[in-house]
Amino acid sequence: MILVFIEVREGKVKKSSLEVLSEGSRRAGEMKTEVNAVFVGHNQENLASEVFPYGASKVYVLENSLFGHYSAQSFTQALVSLVEELKPEVLFFSAGSMGKDLAPRVAAKLGVSLASDCTKTASKEGKLEVTRPIFAGKALATINLKSLPQIASLRPNVFPLTKPVSKKGEVIKKDVVIPEDQIKGKTVDILREEGAELDVTEAEVVISGGRGMKGPENYDLLRELTAILPHSAVGASRSAVDAGWIGHQHQVGQTGKTVSPNLYLAIGISGAIQHLAGMSSSKYIVAVNKDPEAPIFKVADYGIVADLFKVIPYLKEELRKILSE
Amino acid sequence: MNVYVFVKRVPDTESKIKINHETNTVIEEGLNFVLSPYDEYAVEEALRIREAKGGEVTVVSVGTEESLVILKKCLAMGADEAVLVKDDAPEAYDGLRTSKIISQVMRKKFQNFDLLLFGKQSVGADNAQVPSMVAGFLGLPQVNVVTKLEIEGNRGIAHREIEGVLEKNEFSLPAIISAQKGLNEPRYETLKGIMMAKKKEIPILALNDLDLSEEEIMPQLEIIKMESPPPRQAGKIIEGEPAEAAKKLVELLRNEAKVI
Repeated sequence: MILVFIEVREGKVKKSSLEVLSEGSRRAGEMKTEVNAVFVGHNQENLASEVFPYGASKVYVLENSLFGHYSAQSFTQALVSLVEELKPEVLFFSAGSMGKDLAPRVAAKLGVSLASDCTKTASKEGKLEVTRPIFAGKALATINLKSLPQIASLRPNVFPLTKPVSKKGEVIKKDVVIPEDQIKGKTVDILREEGAELDVTEAEVVISGGRGMKGPENYDLLRELTAILPHSAVGASRSAVDAGWIGHQHQVGQTGKTVSPNLYLAIGISGAIQHLAGMSSSKYIVAVNKDPEAPIFKVADYGIVADLFKVIPYLKEELRKILSE
Repeated sequence: MNVYVFVKRVPDTESKIKINHETNTVIEEGLNFVLSPYDEYAVEEALRIREAKGGEVTVVSVGTEESLVILKKCLAMGADEAVLVKDDAPEAYDGLRTSKIISQVMRKKFQNFDLLLFGKQSVGADNAQVPSMVAGFLGLPQVNVVTKLEIEGNRGIAHREIEGVLEKNEFSLPAIISAQKGLNEPRYETLKGIMMAKKKEIPILALNDLDLSEEEIMPQLEIIKMESPPPRQAGKIIEGEPAEAAKKLVELLRNEAKVI
């Protein structure tokens, strides 16, 4: 059995979890086993039907009112007891913020190693083989996980969704007993900053500005582009973040986030090696820079050598035109 | 407050990574090694907590004797003590092994602690595993990717960065926190600090001192291949005046790349 942990945020199943389920379903086919899903939450039974179309045979819903507040401690207890009961060969998480927090604790409790943030999975002789970037993508390591269950977290935005099929399956609800005084830490609130934006790791289009943006006020030009392009987010280079022009949560690169959107627009970014590491797995890269020698042009599919401030207004106009057609 | 900070020696982020395809390892020769960038935020936060509340800051690294250099840097920043847990095993990119070693160090040598601080991940292995694994082994609450930390008595509040928003977490001490960029601005070493760090002796613990058998900490994953990512080909330079170039670009994105 391949078991996939389904992450729910604010009452919604995360798309990245459906990506993982899709990948689990592909591997289960080859490994001649089934893929099942597990929810850990409070009153989440109604969400179970959403995951059957992506290949789940059974859905386990682990229930406790404590699960309304995320806690790595309580979620780990619930998952570990289910894994010990079901003995799956493979346990998958999405490598979003919850999976990255939870998977290692679950792996430790089960006493096995974990492959984090994988970008490829394969089956070899009935066992799983995974590939994960190290050094933010400057190298790729292919890994055999030697003990059971084989646990891996998969990077969001990399694995394609399977075409949903109309399918129903069994929902197995389990009430989990957890003494409340054992839980020594939990999430109590979500703090939304004003004008909260889509995260660069989840965006289909990332529009990043670098030193060429010249100052914080000019990031509004990029925000205007994200207002036109659906599912897009503003990114930044380290030098722009270190200059205080934009928050570090936007930083793409080796000390920021690694992204693989469909389209990455590098605006006024020269392309330092630590930045390239964080965005080179994007499907298409566009660079706008006035320096024709900038290293970013070596990785860009399309480049415009010009002053970005002259290009952006036209780009905005053309995008608006084509997207309203 | 007794705060322990766990740090790692890593190649700096400007490094070009070359691979030995026979051993499936990164060629270390010629690389410049530094204190892992996120660990700097953890060290700084520990120093600030000590300055506000008293107590001691101890910095611990698991690795070869070459890690003494980064421990000296932490002492020069202001840490009170530093300890090396000597592990000469080659990098296996396995968080489980490191976590077992760290958990055992805390159980055997330093039972009296309030807070264990880490960087949110080491630069290089990029695993982001060790803080949560140690928390699991020691049965402690964890908050990862923290951009704000407040300790009051034996309780704490931490803001943790998740996709697009922040999570506010409450926890009791002792606890495990991993630092994200934005938590603070790490200080530079002072000349006085460097002089004091030079004189300071750093105790070295062997794995034998911890009653850990090599078998117990054997990595349960094996790297069977390591390679460079496929190189990207440089694409088209779109010529023309800005108005014309922008129009062409949008057409190519729609009709050729099909991404908008």
